[in-house]
Amino acid sequence: MTAVIEETPSAPAAKPARDHTPVVITLRIRRYLPDLVGPNGEPAVPFWQDFQVEADPTERILTAMHKIKGEQDGSLTFRRSCAHGICGSDAMRINGRNRLACKTLVKDLDVTKPITIEAIKGLEVEKDLVVDMDPFFQSFKDVMPFLITSGNEPTRERLQSPEDRERFDDTTKCILCACCTTSCPVFWTDGQYFGPAAIVNAHRFIFDSRDEGAEQRLEILNEKEGVWRCRTTFNCTDACPRGIEVTKAIQEVKRALIFRRV
Amino acid sequence: MPAGTLYRGREGMWSWVAHRVTGVLIFFFLFAHVLDTALVRVSPEAYDQTIDIYKNPVVNIMEYGLVGAILFHALNGLRIIAVDFWEKGPRYQKQMFWAVCGTWVVLMLGSFYWVLEHTLRQIFGS
Repeated sequence: MTAVIEETPSAPAAKPARDHTPVVITLRIRRYLPDLVGPNGEPAVPFWQDFQVEADPTERILTAMHKIKGEQDGSLTFRRSCAHGICGSDAMRINGRNRLACKTLVKDLDVTKPITIEAIKGLEVEKDLVVDMDPFFQSFKDVMPFLITSGNEPTRERLQSPEDRERFDDTTKCILCACCTTSCPVFWTDGQYFGPAAIVNAHRFIFDSRDEGAEQRLEILNEKEGVWRCRTTFNCTDACPRGIEVTKAIQEVKRALIFRRV
Repeated sequence: MPAGTLYRGREGMWSWVAHRVTGVLIFFFLFAHVLDTALVRVSPEAYDQTIDIYKNPVVNIMEYGLVGAILFHALNGLRIIAVDFWEKGPRYQKQMFWAVCGTWVVLMLGSFYWVLEHTLRQIFGS
């Protein structure tokens, strides 16, 4: 008896073939070159510049920007590091919304129109898409994003039940990209506001059963520029590339302050 | 530095914008309303005169706008309370926003005739 062997192994029919036909996309980038001063010393002004670049629909916007920087204009300046959505360096405003350039695919955008790319809002632009992140990280430091304990250190690890760990799981995902903070209308007009990212990182420790610094952090966030400035516009939740329910976390901190219960 | 394009927010951001706009509109109404009502203490005749000025189609349509502003502000206010105090509020804020919009449309259609009856009769005859 002979085994019947199919000559052409059938490919899994359920998966539709991806379209890899390259498309020409236009990136309309908001440029700011501080060295570009006028003839009479006028300060540099930001301007829009269009770049045309060929891209596979499954490619990321970051790849297209690399192509521009490598092949068309080396002066184009932006931050990126890992390029895989973990380091949080390449947050920018793409088509009017904060996203990571390394997690935004060409096929998810309307390529028939120019794709606008701007620096994130509310922080001072230093060059092109690079902003001064110092105020952002200062707010992060101000909420004391580290474990605070008292008494003797245990000889072994600090144990925690899965339920207690689950309590703050969502806010452990933050990569400090600033997509949330710079999408917040309150932060745009009031740079003193701690901002969603700092509150998310405070939440991560406030609701950690091993931590004993909740009271201190809650006091910091109870100040004028703390959680009460939040107007629940949900821009932060919509912008978060990690899918953190940012506004929910802020509301939990607010309720912890109202009811004094963590 | 010019800000560039407008931020493209979703339901949450635009409901917040609408809440602010309707809030300011209601404030201006209350400002005028307190002044005209206070006229009663000055002289009842001056009060009657002022109210007579109001009796025209333009003010009537503004009244309908006021109904719209107050309805949105009130309904969205309930949504904000739910976002603040209901544990699942933040997760269902979009659905609640569309519920607010739906209720608003129904109530605006329902109040259309009752608020604008006078103007409708004036324009289209009784």
